[in-house]
Amino acid sequence: MTIIYYGLFVVFRVNFFLLIMRILVGVKNVIDYAVKIRVKPDKTGVVKDNVPHIMNPFCDIAVEEAVKLKEAKKATEITVMSLGTDKSSTILRTAMAKGADKAILVQVDAKTNEKLEPLHVAKALAAIVKRDKYDCVLLGKQAIDDDCNQTGQLLAGMLSWPQATFANKIEAKDGSLDVVCEIDGGLQTVNVKTPAVITADLRLNTPRYATLPNIMKAKKKPLETLKASDLGISFDNQTEIVEVTEPPTRSAGEIVPDVKTLVSKLREKGLFD
Amino acid sequence: MIFPRTLFKTAFTSGYRYNSTLVVAEHSGDALSKITLNAIAAANKLGSDISVLVTGSNVKKIAEETSKVNGVKKVIVADDPKLKDQLPECVADVIVAAHKQNNYGSIIAGASSFSRGIIPRVGGILDVSPISEITEIHSNDTFTRPMYAGNAMAKIKSKAPVKLITVRGAAFEAASNTGGSGAIEDAPKVEIKEHGATFVSKEIVKSDRPELTSAKIVVSGGRGFKSKENFELVYKFADALNAGVGASRAAVDAGFCPNDLQVGQTGKIVNPSLYICCGISGAIQHVAGMKDSKVIVAINTDKEAPIFQIADYGLVADIFKAIPEFIDEVKNTK
Repeated sequence: MTIIYYGLFVVFRVNFFLLIMRILVGVKNVIDYAVKIRVKPDKTGVVKDNVPHIMNPFCDIAVEEAVKLKEAKKATEITVMSLGTDKSSTILRTAMAKGADKAILVQVDAKTNEKLEPLHVAKALAAIVKRDKYDCVLLGKQAIDDDCNQTGQLLAGMLSWPQATFANKIEAKDGSLDVVCEIDGGLQTVNVKTPAVITADLRLNTPRYATLPNIMKAKKKPLETLKASDLGISFDNQTEIVEVTEPPTRSAGEIVPDVKTLVSKLREKGLFD
Repeated sequence: MIFPRTLFKTAFTSGYRYNSTLVVAEHSGDALSKITLNAIAAANKLGSDISVLVTGSNVKKIAEETSKVNGVKKVIVADDPKLKDQLPECVADVIVAAHKQNNYGSIIAGASSFSRGIIPRVGGILDVSPISEITEIHSNDTFTRPMYAGNAMAKIKSKAPVKLITVRGAAFEAASNTGGSGAIEDAPKVEIKEHGATFVSKEIVKSDRPELTSAKIVVSGGRGFKSKENFELVYKFADALNAGVGASRAAVDAGFCPNDLQVGQTGKIVNPSLYICCGISGAIQHVAGMKDSKVIVAINTDKEAPIFQIADYGLVADIFKAIPEFIDEVKNTK
């Protein structure tokens, strides 16, 4: 009996390392980066109604990397997950059209959504990880709306998993990943054992476009909708927005006719030693 | 014996030290990073005792350097070979142990790639919402931080039991590195666990030019340079002015220069006295990284380029002619 069990164990381990990497990718619905945002007159936030939204560009890069890992047979299954209102289902469908296998929407009402903090997103991700047992969580390095750059690291801390942030290149090995990370002044390579959290930087890859046939196919892929209470989590706020204001604006200065004038003006201001 | 001592210590820590601030020091192994001085200056504004945590291997020299920084009361040193690579997994554990012992009101670090990896991880361990890249401190729980690539400023109030803060270096004057006399002591003993992360290698781009985020003058190049060879002109220009070199995302993506020169929402944030944009159109994401510069100069052939809407001085000219002329003019009028 013992020998048989041992044999099974070896088979299982080999499978685990070589074949079965299941990836969870977090995606966020944000205002399109090309939109010039407007601050609400009552200073409670920015105008979001009737403004085009897209998948956060860094999340798009994370999805692309997961799909590439699957295409390279390093991953078997990709789940995309978003915490947000119904509107986030659009970007989940987009992610499935790009190659994700299934999606989970942890649904909150618009009011809660306004006040979500990265900590809440990390809690939702952690709950999904614990429920469905993933080997790797891929996220964007930051969302271009709140510019927080926190969720991946919060999640890694919560789960006591290793983290590789600002990934520029990912190389999957058996049971671990070599990740080249962008750091101030250059690049650093770390090896993280799975399970691990990785956040994608701008130059990790160029996301693909979803083709029409794939968009049609994505409509048939499973999208599970959950409430926070289904996961046993609550979103108490630790941060309160007192007010949101426009930054001080710079106005256009003068156009100088030539280099000589430009240099003399800068010199007058004492800008050169 | 243990009991009274513990009681005494508890009374002491909960009352006297409650509001103290921990600054997480960043260093290269040889010297303290300048952004740590910005973080200490920000911590000074909170008006409580400042301790600075120095982690690493053989960091005695760094600890001594840190103890001389103005405003530093105490330097806590975690010196361990396992901390040599400063991996966030290990550093975060040291911070958590120090916090459990001293119950800090705030834990602060300069917003760099180092602390961006660490501070939120500490948040995940302590179940605390961190506060990223603050630009202003109103009180010990109210701060201002930019969102939407700097197109909105949010004033926020944190109810977190400990404020985990990263500060935008460019928004705070550096604390003086003399005048302090902090006491140096050992960090609380913590077993540094095997976290499944291993340092493999590091590739630092070496440069004699002033560091981008602290340079007084920054010369920045964009897509207008058309090639890596042409981009050499930016370096030449920078050297003539003793300036740091920056770049737009377009220039980095096109391979004209390395990633770490990128200025903008997803790159470095700078606020030099003089920022000269050459061949940069001025996309929102780039402007986010430089709009707090004191004087902005734009040199571009396209007079409709959005960069001219924020530039103090604009010159509509071909960069390949204007830059050499600029260099000569600066030399001649010295």
